[in-house]
Amino acid sequence: VIDFLFYLFAALAVAGALGMLLNTRNAVAGALSLVGTMVSLGAIYVLLDAYLIGVLQILVYAGAIVVLFLFVVMLLNLRQDEFSPERLRFAKTAGVVIGVLVGLELLLVLPAALGPAAEIPTDFGGYRAVGTALFTDWVLAFEVTSLLLLAAMVGAVILAKRRID
Amino acid sequence: LILGVIVKLLFIVLVVAGLFLPLITWIERKQSAVMQDRIGANRADVFGLTLIGLLHPAADVLKLLAKEDVVPAGANRVLHQLAPVMALVPALVTLAVIPFGGVYTLGDTTFSLVVADIDWGMLFVFAVGSLATYGAVMAGWSSNSNWGLLGSMRASAQMISYEVTMGLSLVGIFMCFGTLKLTEMAVLQDQSFRLFGFLEHVFGLGVPGILDWVRLPMWGIFLQPLGFILFLTCIMAENKRPPFDAPEGESEIVAGYHMEYSGMRFGLFYTAEFLEVPVIGTIVTSLFLGGWAIPWLSTADIVGGVSSVFGQGFAVGVCIVLHVTSFLLKVVLMIWLQMALRWTLPRFRYDQVMDLCWKMILPISIANIFVTGASILFLERGA
Repeated sequence: VIDFLFYLFAALAVAGALGMLLNTRNAVAGALSLVGTMVSLGAIYVLLDAYLIGVLQILVYAGAIVVLFLFVVMLLNLRQDEFSPERLRFAKTAGVVIGVLVGLELLLVLPAALGPAAEIPTDFGGYRAVGTALFTDWVLAFEVTSLLLLAAMVGAVILAKRRID
Repeated sequence: LILGVIVKLLFIVLVVAGLFLPLITWIERKQSAVMQDRIGANRADVFGLTLIGLLHPAADVLKLLAKEDVVPAGANRVLHQLAPVMALVPALVTLAVIPFGGVYTLGDTTFSLVVADIDWGMLFVFAVGSLATYGAVMAGWSSNSNWGLLGSMRASAQMISYEVTMGLSLVGIFMCFGTLKLTEMAVLQDQSFRLFGFLEHVFGLGVPGILDWVRLPMWGIFLQPLGFILFLTCIMAENKRPPFDAPEGESEIVAGYHMEYSGMRFGLFYTAEFLEVPVIGTIVTSLFLGGWAIPWLSTADIVGGVSSVFGQGFAVGVCIVLHVTSFLLKVVLMIWLQMALRWTLPRFRYDQVMDLCWKMILPISIANIFVTGASILFLERGA
């Protein structure tokens, strides 16, 4: 059953990603198929016993970030011909380069992943385990991240305010 | 096991969707009539039979089903038809993690009255609820209408903002109970505590006899009264019913995001909104009103008391009936409260809705988290 579910959600994730790529005319439809990818990824995380990551994937990515994408897309209402050709060419080249790099990385990582599965601790992936790790071993990284977010927030407010003033 | 899951699913879906849903439009009509001092909802009659307005829901459904399903020209057909479903499904799925009864042992078998007893139940509710935004966004955008687009912009901004504060307003209650699992919370709320016990714990004072007798059920609403008010506000704003119905705002943007819908597709939006009312009732009940617990009467008390006379099996049966009834009564109470608020408050202006979220509820809930943490530390230190 788990195998079947994995292939189902993996197929859905790939289909959603392709849907986003092929919907270049229509950014909103593209963003909505990205939601399908995000939800499927969340389901795959759950199948891997990483419950917290799975739920957060849906909560944060599908539920909040893509909604913000949609918000921006609907507000700006961009069309493709509003981008300059150079910019589009740059985006395509960058996309190909990044794709090839990620593909190479996958090829390097794959042999290690095909070995025997690692032993999973009993409380793996629950909110308790993640919370304990986050606030004991990784508390410095956590605080630095929050500082980064605060800086980003202040920056956004300043930029927005300047335009209003 | 699978049979049990199906029975539970049928029960909760039939009770909430089958019993509350048709009744709730009737309750809303009747309650508004009472609150506005009129008779109300008595015009649908079949051969002179009005049944105090109970035929109105049936007339509504007939009308919605018989209407033409219009798709506006220039609309994105697929998304336009998918949007009502996206709005309705999250409300239904949420019910899966709500415990409508406790855990019971009969002989060797133990069973619990919840469909999916998952460890991160409340996170599941948040995750599913966050997907409800897409119903409104897709509806407004796909119908290719200015009012619809304005409505879905308002809906998405409002729902994202209130999601943040909804999570934060609950952190306090998570800290009190130390779990996200809804069934565990319900079991914890099945106890009571001495209201003045902290005098003894923290200050080492004796508690005078009469005050020592004052016990409160260990319900979320008594541990986190502020959290209760904040959470109720947030979750009502998530549902986009009045007074938070700026995304529909008929005086400004006609009908907002579902303006271009007719017939049963409009009916699905309507259903989603009305279904959310009992669903909110179940969530608030499980978090703050003790779930299925009966105040001052724990499961062990009931089973122990009844089984000494009538035997174990009968006692468990009585317990189940009492608990499910208590749960449903609390849900009805929460439905009443939401209706009363809906007919008392006028619609907030859109900027007021956002101000309330970011400038009032957000700081207050962060302060609530801080005070809760400090109190827990203080109480544990004392003990």
